[in-house]
Order: sequence, then structure tokens, then C-alpha cells
Amino acid sequence: MNAAAIIFYAISALILGAGILAVTSRKIFRSAIWLLASLVGVAALYFWMQVEFIAAVQIIVYVGGIVVLIIFSIFLTHQSGQDLPKPILKRTIFSGLAALLGLGFSYNLIREYGFQPTTIPFTPTVSDIGTQMLSPTEYGYVLPFEVVSMLLLAAMIGCIVIAMKPPSETITIQSIPAQDPVKGKINIKEPEMMEEL
Amino acid sequence: MHAVPLEHILFVSTALFFIGMFGLFTRRNLITILMSIELTLNSVNINFIAFNKYLYPEKLDGVFFTIFIITIAAAEAAVAIAIIINLYRSHKSIDVEAAAELKF
Repeated sequence: MNAAAIIFYAISALILGAGILAVTSRKIFRSAIWLLASLVGVAALYFWMQVEFIAAVQIIVYVGGIVVLIIFSIFLTHQSGQDLPKPILKRTIFSGLAALLGLGFSYNLIREYGFQPTTIPFTPTVSDIGTQMLSPTEYGYVLPFEVVSMLLLAAMIGCIVIAMKPPSETITIQSIPAQDPVKGKINIKEPEMMEEL
Repeated sequence: MHAVPLEHILFVSTALFFIGMFGLFTRRNLITILMSIELTLNSVNINFIAFNKYLYPEKLDGVFFTIFIITIAAAEAAVAIAIIINLYRSHKSIDVEAAAELKF
């Protein structure tokens, strides 16, 4: 066993250990931090496989974007420091059993498939990736690139629209409270909610 | 020759996938469910890169699929968190049991 293999097994232990803690920790903030460790481990695995560009994208998008977004949403929606409710024991046992059986069956299939790895070195450069990404020829990816950019635009607009506060009609509804009791109730509750947020 | 056989990398990604599935089964909080989905998507990305490196090293398709999956995961996380914040505003809770009705 050489140094590369030892590094691989260390990275794998980091990924899997942090992943298990991320899905079992009872404190939601610790869970987010373990998720961060697991994602950094995945980025390290990409570095180990010598795809530095993907590793950089992984760190920028996941660690710098998604985990920060998750931590912000934890702060917006939780009294932080509060424990999550304890999961039902029966559900935990059967979920663990299902996951272990699935892992066993899938790994059994993978082990018996008999992959034939080639020995050609895999050295993608960033210029190769960029050239093929924007090439309009037969094996170029310019169409998915444009489609995914439209998707990002749509997601951005959708997030703003969904998370936008409803336009405050508090004054108008309070002046005519008897007209719409349900709406009036929601709007009376709104100020105290805003204090917690 | 490769330092580690392909099967070991596939074992890591399969184990990560089923850890995410375990979280999806046991958790009842929307943010932790979102974290489990992120773990699952990452295991798929490891698979794509490993297959590209070991089986088709002269091509780049696995790298492109990984880039697109990361992009879509980012969009999905942003939309999901917007929905979670909106749900918290209307229900004061982000437990999946609290969101039982399918209307505004």
C-alpha cells in the first residue's frame, strides 16, 4: 500500500464519518458543520483524482455557497441551540436496515460487474474543458450550457418571488377588520413574527 | 497502474448515497432533509468523475455532467431554502408534519 492509497482511505474515512454525523447529529447547527466537513472531503477526493477544476468548483459552490445558505436559513428559522426532537426508534432501526441492505446489494453488484479500467492517464486541463464546453460542434456542450444558464436565471427570479414578503396591507386590513377575518388574523400575527425573524 | 481499484471509490460513493438516504428516511426537519439531498447528489458526482477517470480517460463527459449537476444542485438548494423560509412564515415551523395541507 503506497502513500496515494493511504491518502485515499483517509479522505474516504473523513467523507463517510462526517456524512454519518451530519445525518445523525441532534443539534442542527452541528449537523450543518459536519455537512461542510463532508463536502470538503469530497473536494479533497477530486483533488486526489487530479480534477482540480471540479475540486475548485466544488469548494466555491458547495462550501462557499450552499452551506452558507443553509446556515443562514438555520438562523432564520430556528432558535439555535435547541435540540431536534428525538427520532422514533422503530423508524431509525428500519431506515438503517434499509440503507444497509441497499448498500450491500449495490456493492455486491458493483463488485461482480468486473470493470476494465484503462491505464491511459487522465489529465484534463481547464482549456480543454472550456473549449469543449462552448463548442457548437457535435460533441460540444454549448446547448446544455445555455439551457442551464436559463435555469439559473429562472431559479434566481423564483427565489426572489417566493421569499419576498407579501406586500404589507396591514393598514388597509386593520381599517376594515370585519371584512376578511382570516386575512385579518394573519396580518395581526405578522408583527410578532417579524420580531423573531 | 492506478493506486486504488475503481471498486473502492464506488464503495465510498455508494456508502455516501445510502447515508443520504438514511437521513432522508429518519429526519423530519426540512433543512436536514435538504442536507441529506446534498450528500446524495455529491455521491453521484464522485461516481461520474471516477468512471471518467478510470474507464474513459480520453473523454470529458463525466466532468461536464458533474459541472451541470453542481449547477442544478445550487439552483435547487436556493429554491428549497426560499420555500422553507416562506413555510416558516406561514406555519411557524419547518417540520414536514406541519406542512400537511397542499394549499396556500
